[in-house]
Parts: sequence; structure tokens; C-alpha cells
Amino acid sequence: MTTQFQRLLDGVTQVRGVQGAMLVAAEDGLVVAESLMEGVRGNAVAALAASLYKRFRQAMEAAAAGTPHFLHLQGEGGTLITVPAPDAILVVAVGVPDMNVGLVRLEMLRAAEMVG
Amino acid sequence: MASDIKAMSAELARDPSSLVFLDLGEALRRRGQIDAAVRVVVGGLEQNPDMVEGHDLYARILVDQGDLARAEQMWNRVLERSPQHQGAHKGLGFLAYRMGDLGAALEHLELALAADPTDQAVVRALKMVRNTVQELEVGAEAAGGDDPIFAGLEGAEDGLLLVDDRGRVLGGRVTGAGGAEVSEAVAAFLAGAAQEAERTARMLDLGDWRWLVAEGPEGNVYVTPPTGETLLLILRDRSVPSGRLAMLAERAGHVARRWLEEQEL
Repeated sequence: MTTQFQRLLDGVTQVRGVQGAMLVAAEDGLVVAESLMEGVRGNAVAALAASLYKRFRQAMEAAAAGTPHFLHLQGEGGTLITVPAPDAILVVAVGVPDMNVGLVRLEMLRAAEMVG
Repeated sequence: MASDIKAMSAELARDPSSLVFLDLGEALRRRGQIDAAVRVVVGGLEQNPDMVEGHDLYARILVDQGDLARAEQMWNRVLERSPQHQGAHKGLGFLAYRMGDLGAALEHLELALAADPTDQAVVRALKMVRNTVQELEVGAEAAGGDDPIFAGLEGAEDGLLLVDDRGRVLGGRVTGAGGAEVSEAVAAFLAGAAQEAERTARMLDLGDWRWLVAEGPEGNVYVTPPTGETLLLILRDRSVPSGRLAMLAERAGHVARRWLEEQEL
């Protein structure tokens, strides 16, 4: 199972600028699978991405925009993207500020479909 | 009428400096003989270059010819010599209205009415301009023009929200399903989400967070902190791509920062 998940994540991490991709349990922010470059703190990324997604989902639902299917946080020094997958799983990617978000998005949506 | 024109033409032929050129030019203009009217007026102005009534008449002929720019020049020339000239103010009021400058139209027409309160054409024109101004004000209000911050911005009436870092609405409005206003609820959740974004960016060494985009089934959202203590949210339907949202956010952020600076003065 882990190998299968990691194959899904490889499609994301092969995009230039991506420093890591993970599957995260949406409810508790625990790592389900990960493919990370050295130095990326997987546990922290997983916990924070899940928490951010949960908070933002509340704001989106309050605004009647629905549950987000793509969340992109842009920082001056990096990028964090989260895409929900079936079974309360989140696909999370972290990378450099100018990574190809369009390509990453495609790969993450593909991975999310495959998770189910 | 034709005999009058003939008589006036004869008089002008006898005395090219005669002021009859004014009546003759006006009569020709009213008959639609514009080229002939121009010849008469230009000839009359050569003989009487300081005759403001001649310039006023020439300006009206230029309007008939569709040369509004030269007509404006001509009436301004009249006002340089005769600042209260009723015809010039009336004409400039008409031109300003045609060009959509309602403020200038009102100003000139009010001066024209002050110069001749009996001119019913000016009374009617003033009424029309005032009605137009009122309609525009009502329309702007209905379109969100009453918002102190975002009035005039694209989509100001819905989907733009400025909140403080404690989740209180500063300006703008968001409506939910059925058109009910949900600004307060969104602001409250947004403040929490932004705190989480700040914490996430800091703990993952992403630097200061610049913006956050979320795509949902019913709409796309862009959130950015225009200042350290405020958050700007833009909500649009799914047809508006994130790049467009970013452009809107830049404009709205600029407006919000300016408004916040004004509040501090």
C-alpha cells in the first residue's frame, strides 16, 4: 500500500521546485505517506497543512463557496498546496516560491483521484 | 423668410461691416443652409472680430456641423471676453452633457439660467441634467456605491471584504446562498484561517505569507493581508481564474490601504 501511495506522490515530487509531497489524514494531521527532500519536516507540514485546510474550509463554507478542492498558500520563501482526496485524506505539497503551480496542481488532483 | 434673407443679404452686400450678418447667419442656420451660414458668419467676424455674438453663432453652427471641439473653443473664447455670456454657458453646458461631464454641464447651465431666467430651453436642460445625476447616484448606491472603502471597484457590491485581525468587518460585503449577508461569519472564520496561515508559513520557513487561494465548487477565494492588521477577501464565481483574482486583489488592496491610512489621519 505504502509503495502504491509513494508512486502517486512521485508524480508530484517530479515537478521542478517541489520539495516534498505527502498524504495526510485530514482529521488529525498525521502522515499517511510521504516523499520528501532532506530537511523537510514531514510531521510539521502534515499537521499544519491539515489545520490550515480545516480552518479555511470553515471560511469557505461560511461564504457559500463550498468545500475547497484546492488550497494554495503563498509565502515569500515557499509554497504550500493542499488538495483533498477521498477517505478524509489530503494530498499536500511544499516547494519553492516559484514552482510551477499549474503542473503541481494537475499532479496533485491526479494523485487525489487515485487515492480513492 | 426667404424675402428676409434676400433683404439681409442685400444689406450685407452694401455694407460688409453691418451687424446684420448675425441675423442672416442665424436665419440660414435655421433653414439648414449651413455652408451659406458659415460664409456669412466668417465674413462678418472678419469685419467685426470682437463681436461675441458672432462667435456664439459660429459655435452653434459648428455644433450643427458636428465639430464639437471647435465649438467648445469658440464658446470659451466668448467667455474670455464676456464671462456671463448666456449663449456660451448654454452651449458649453450642452457640450459637457454630451461628453458625460455632468458637473460641468450643471455649472454652465446654472450660469446660463442666472444670465437669463426666462430661457425655457435652459430650464428644461437643467432639469434633464439634474435627473441624470440623480439616477446615476441611485444606481451607484444600488451597486455598492455606499460602501466607504470599495465604492467604484469592480464587484464592490458583493464578494469583497476587509476585516481586522480580530475578525471584525471593516468594509465590503459577502452574501451566501439565497442572497443573505454572511459577512460577519466569514470575517470570523477568516481571521482564524489567516492566523493559521501565518503560523504555517512561519513554522515551515515559508517566510511571510503573501496570499492564499482556494477553489471551491461554488466559488474561488483569494485572501491577502493588505496590512499587518487586516485581511482582504475576494470571492468570485468559479469562472474567474486565480490570476484575475490576484489582479482584483491588488487593486482592492491598494484601495484598502489608502482608506486605512485616511482613518489614521
